[in-house]
Amino acid sequence: MTPARKKRLALIGLMLAGIAVGLTFALKALDENIMFFFTPTEVAEGKAPRNKLFRLGGMVVEGSISRPGDGLTAQFDLTDSGKQVTVRYTGILPDLFREGQGIIANGEVGDDGIFVAQEVLAKHDENYMPPEVAEAMQKAKEAAAATTTN
Amino acid sequence: MYLWFNKLGSPPHFYRIAGKWLPWLSAVFALLLITGLYGGLVYAPTDYQQGESFRIIYIHVPAAWMSLFVYVVMAFCGVVIIVWRMKLAEVVLISSAPIGASFTFLALATGSLWGKPMWGTWWVWDARLTSELILLFLYLGVIGLHSAIDDKRIASRAVAILAIVGVVNIPIIHYSVEWWNSLHQGPTVTKFDKPSIDMRMLIPLLIMALSFQIYYVIALFQSSRAELLRRERNSKWVAELSGGN
Amino acid sequence: MSEFLNMGGYAVYVWSSYGLAALILWLNWYLPRRQHQQLLQQNKRRHHGTGE
Repeated sequence: MTPARKKRLALIGLMLAGIAVGLTFALKALDENIMFFFTPTEVAEGKAPRNKLFRLGGMVVEGSISRPGDGLTAQFDLTDSGKQVTVRYTGILPDLFREGQGIIANGEVGDDGIFVAQEVLAKHDENYMPPEVAEAMQKAKEAAAATTTN
Repeated sequence: MYLWFNKLGSPPHFYRIAGKWLPWLSAVFALLLITGLYGGLVYAPTDYQQGESFRIIYIHVPAAWMSLFVYVVMAFCGVVIIVWRMKLAEVVLISSAPIGASFTFLALATGSLWGKPMWGTWWVWDARLTSELILLFLYLGVIGLHSAIDDKRIASRAVAILAIVGVVNIPIIHYSVEWWNSLHQGPTVTKFDKPSIDMRMLIPLLIMALSFQIYYVIALFQSSRAELLRRERNSKWVAELSGGN
Repeated sequence: MSEFLNMGGYAVYVWSSYGLAALILWLNWYLPRRQHQQLLQQNKRRHHGTGE
C-alpha cells in the first residue's frame, strides 16, 4: 500500500473510533430516555416518574385477571418476578394478551396505588414453535416440577 | 488475487461478467423464492402464540437482515473509494442505496403490519424501531447527497464518507434489544445457544433469507450496469458495445 | 383453500406484507432494467448519428 493510501485508511479508522466513543457517551447519557419501560421493581424503588405518564412492563400474573364492573375494564397484576403492580385498563386488549404474557402498559399510578393504563401493548417473546411442541414442553415442565416436589 | 481484483474492478469487465451471470442468478432466485414461499406459507406450522400472523416473519426478518447487510456493503465500498479511489466501488455504492432503502422500508412496513395485531400498535419509539428508521434516513441521505452533486466523482467521495460514518448505527440496531428495554423481542436465530425457533419454521426462514441475498445481487448487477453505461457513455468500450464505429 | 387465504383471521396483515414485498422487489428489478435498455438505445442512436 502506498503511504497516501495508508494515511487515508488511518484517517477513516480514527474518524470511526471518534464517532463510536462520542456516541457511546451520548447514548449513556440518554439511557433513561431510551429505556422503553420501567419494571415493577423500579416502580417500587421510586425510580419511575410521579404524576407523569410512563410505561410499565412485566408479566401478567397467573389468575390475577379480573373484570370489575361493566366487563370492558380489566384489572390484573404485573410482575418482574420481584415486585407486583396492579394495573387497571379500559379498552380493547391486544390479541396476545393473556396470563403469563409480557405486557407494556402506558399510564400513571393513581392515589390508590393502582396503575391506570391508557394503552396496553403485548410484548411477545423470541420463541417460535407449533402449539403441539409448546404443549409438550409445558407437560415436561410440569412433570419435572412434580418429581422435584416429591 | 490482486490481479483478479484489478480485472474485476475494470468497468467493461464487470459489465460483461454481470450480464453473463444475471440469467443464472435469476433462475436460482426463482427456485429459492418458490421453495421459501411454499415453506413459509404452507409447510411451516402455526405458531403457538401468534397463530398465522407470524408468517410475516418470512418477509420481515430477511428484509431486516438485508437492510443491515447492504449498508455494510456500502460502507465497505466507501472505504475502498476513499483509500483506493476505485471506480467500480463508486458504482456499487450508489447502486446499492435504493435497494437497501427498499429493504429497510419493507422491514419497517411489515413490522408495522405485524405489530398492529400482536403488540396492539403500528409504531412505538423503542430503540430497535427508532434505530431502523434512522437507517432508512441514512440510505435516503446517501441517495439525496449523490444526486445533489453534479460531478459524480466528487459526489461519490461525499457519499462514501456518509456511508462510513453511518455504519456505527449498524451495531446499535443489532444490539438495541439487548442494551435497552424495548417492545421488540430479542434475537431468535443469532442467539449463541440454540435458536429458539422450531426447525420447520427456521428452514423456510433461512431459504427466504438466502433468496433475498441473491435478489440483492441481481438488483445490484442490474442497476450497476445501467449506472456504468451512464457514467462511461463517452468511453471506448461503451461505443464498441453499441456496435457503432 | 379459503382457510389458507384467511390466515386464521390475519389475512389483511399477512397478505398486505407479502403484496408490499412483491411490489417493492419488482420495482427494484424493473426500473433499473428499463433504464439500462433506454441507455443502450440512446447510445446506439448517438454512435450511429455521429458515425455517418
